Amino acid sequence: MAAYWTYIIVWAALIVLTGVTWGVSYIPLGMFNAVVALIIASAKASLVALFFMHLKNEKELVWAFALFPIAFLALIIFGTLTDVLFR
Amino acid sequence: METQPIKHNIAPEDPSVVHEASKLGIWTFLATEVLLFGGLFTAYTVFKLKYPEMFHAQHMHMNKVIGAANTVVLICSSLTVALGIAAIKRGRVAMLKACLALTIFLGAVFLVVKYFEWQEHFAQGLYPSSNIYFSLYYMMTGLHGIHVLAGMAALAVMLVMAQRGRFSEEYSTPVEITGVYWHFVDLVWIYLFPMLYLIG
Amino acid sequence: MENVLQNRGYLTDKGFRSWAYTLDHKRIGVMYLFTTLFFFLVGGVFGLLIRLELLKPASWLFSDQVYNELFTMHGAMMIFLFIIPGIPSGFGNFFIPLLVGARDVAFPRLNIASYWIFIAGILVVTGSLVHPMDTGWTFYTPYSAKTAASVTLLSFGIFLVGMSSILTGLNFIVTIHKLRAPGMTWLRMPLFIWGMYATSIIQVLATPVIGITFLLLAAERIFGIGFFDPAKGGDPLLFQHFFWFYSHPVVYVMILPAMGIISEVIPVFSRKPIFGYKAIAYSSLTIAFAGFLVWGHHMFVAGISNIAAIIFSFLTFSVAIPTGIKVFNWITTLYKGKIYLDSPMIYALTFIFLFIIGGLTGPFLGALATDVHLHDTYFVVAHFHYTMMGGTVMGLFAGLHYWFPKMTGRMLSEKAAKLAWLFIFIGFNITFFNMFILGFRGMPRRYAEYQPQYQGQHIVSTVGSWILAVGIIIMFYNFIRCMRNGEIAPANPWSGRTLEWQVTSPPPTHNFDEIPVVTKWPYDMGRRDGQ
Repeated sequence: MAAYWTYIIVWAALIVLTGVTWGVSYIPLGMFNAVVALIIASAKASLVALFFMHLKNEKELVWAFALFPIAFLALIIFGTLTDVLFR
Repeated sequence: METQPIKHNIAPEDPSVVHEASKLGIWTFLATEVLLFGGLFTAYTVFKLKYPEMFHAQHMHMNKVIGAANTVVLICSSLTVALGIAAIKRGRVAMLKACLALTIFLGAVFLVVKYFEWQEHFAQGLYPSSNIYFSLYYMMTGLHGIHVLAGMAALAVMLVMAQRGRFSEEYSTPVEITGVYWHFVDLVWIYLFPMLYLIG
Repeated sequence: MENVLQNRGYLTDKGFRSWAYTLDHKRIGVMYLFTTLFFFLVGGVFGLLIRLELLKPASWLFSDQVYNELFTMHGAMMIFLFIIPGIPSGFGNFFIPLLVGARDVAFPRLNIASYWIFIAGILVVTGSLVHPMDTGWTFYTPYSAKTAASVTLLSFGIFLVGMSSILTGLNFIVTIHKLRAPGMTWLRMPLFIWGMYATSIIQVLATPVIGITFLLLAAERIFGIGFFDPAKGGDPLLFQHFFWFYSHPVVYVMILPAMGIISEVIPVFSRKPIFGYKAIAYSSLTIAFAGFLVWGHHMFVAGISNIAAIIFSFLTFSVAIPTGIKVFNWITTLYKGKIYLDSPMIYALTFIFLFIIGGLTGPFLGALATDVHLHDTYFVVAHFHYTMMGGTVMGLFAGLHYWFPKMTGRMLSEKAAKLAWLFIFIGFNITFFNMFILGFRGMPRRYAEYQPQYQGQHIVSTVGSWILAVGIIIMFYNFIRCMRNGEIAPANPWSGRTLEWQVTSPPPTHNFDEIPVVTKWPYDMGRRDGQ
């Protein structure tokens, strides 16, 4: 059972990261803008999943249920791209 | 309940099984949501790679400040529901109710902001049929908005149940799984914000 | 003859409300079975009408427009309203809790909700018949975005049916993980449960993609979004990617439960433990996973890149491996067994035979060079009817004959069952084997009018369809008659060893007086009880 403070700290981190991703978007990095933005988004998503959704305290079975769909999401994206990108 | 015509003893004897089952159930449901939104994420990836200049040009129509503000709204709503659940696990019903109400309110704020954003885009003549970028924008934020609304409805049901004294430190499973769903809705937006507002 | 069913078990309470508001998985399973079998018959009638039109090369019974609607509705109804929900929502619901030793599924209220969502979807689909779909069951864009048919309504209807499928799969996954009886380890589960588990994983991960696909199609029609419209920069192939990302794995949703039934029937009717239990169990999961990797093989001639075509073709061959493992294990189980050719076994053996033919004709389509010649010909039609009807439907029939005594408390007439089988087997093979040759000779699918040199074979298939129809009628007559008047069934007419046979026929509402403690796997057969 997490302490209230844990949630507040995670919340603060999420706000900070939101500011960071917003700020970085003003710096022209070419195609790396997308990469950086998605990395920051994934960091935020991980914080939400681990702490707010309590994944950190869950057994491997729940982790499997959480991670499997992401693998399938990657599958549909990359499978489609093998066609779309190489026509 | 006397009104039910059929009663049979169907519940597993061990309440912790019910709790574990509910948790697995909500994560399974979230798996379906990942794939539902996944179709849109796939379309986004395909078209962004096909039309990088058009994406860049169109995303200039997005208001980053409003997008960031709405992101903060949803993050705060995740905090409030997390605090509410932590509260009921300590037996504090009043705090749970306050947190649930606050979460619903923040969800409403998000949707109202979205409504005005859409109105603004319509006023500029940017409709779902205008170009692929805006097709994606309206579909993704629209589908997400429907999920926010559904989440608010679920939270409202939880609020009513809390009001009727159904939750305690021993039993708060429905609130917990509603919370997990709500955090997922926040999580999707955490990706939508950069994808639609920041990296055109 | 005093043929009254004394103990009606879960069937005791009567009246509409006792069914409509039930939380009992057995009643929900029965309602699903009735509904899906109804659409099997309706879809079958459409099939017969198609075959009637094809008696002559030129249009004679129906206009081409109506013909397009007929084959679309035949396909869509059979796939979405019969074969996908059929075994999972029917037998899965009835038997999963019994086979794992539970009193019900994990979420009984979600279960009855899934049935009513299914009905809602059916009503919406029926509503779309005011302007029937004419696109083929695959609803390809751009035509589906432009046709005057009620695409939007049908899309929402199928969306609802898909929701029902997702909720059912979700329920089963949690049930199998959490509600197994004490002592039932994963490796003591019946193979039908392994099959249903793999099926449920596919349902949960693949169905949402068809959901979003139909939402996007509706949005294209209503809001004019341009994902699939080349004029707006969209890509019609994107629709096909989304569509087949679901629709290929869904064929494994169709076949895995049927394979699960076969894995139950073969050991019981050869009085031998199943050979290669672990291989069959794990191959179910492998098929589920591999099924997600091959969807592009429906698109080889649609215009995808060569690289994608090569990758998908290569991966397609991999799915044959776990499937072949199952077939080898079933056949090995039969070796030196004491074979009882009761109706469930006859259908199970039929499944193996017909599914092998269907499966072996898959590689013809998976290989790029031959697919160019065979794509969209009758070869494809024959291939999927052999796998779906020769496979899944025979598996369903095996299950119906195997579990009829448990569900109704009465035995079927073996004579009528075998007579029906004869017509079905002969009719099916005449109708569909003929189509492999038709396809090789170049007859395209979905054509109402054709070149005269194909007429002879078309007549053969149509006559075959009538023989098949007679068999189906006899079979259903057997079911309906024996539900009322069949001989009273014992608890365990086949001497099975899975848990459903430990309770009465029909089972009590609460399934087990005491949750059993499981100490061994369910395939120690021995002789039939009383012998």
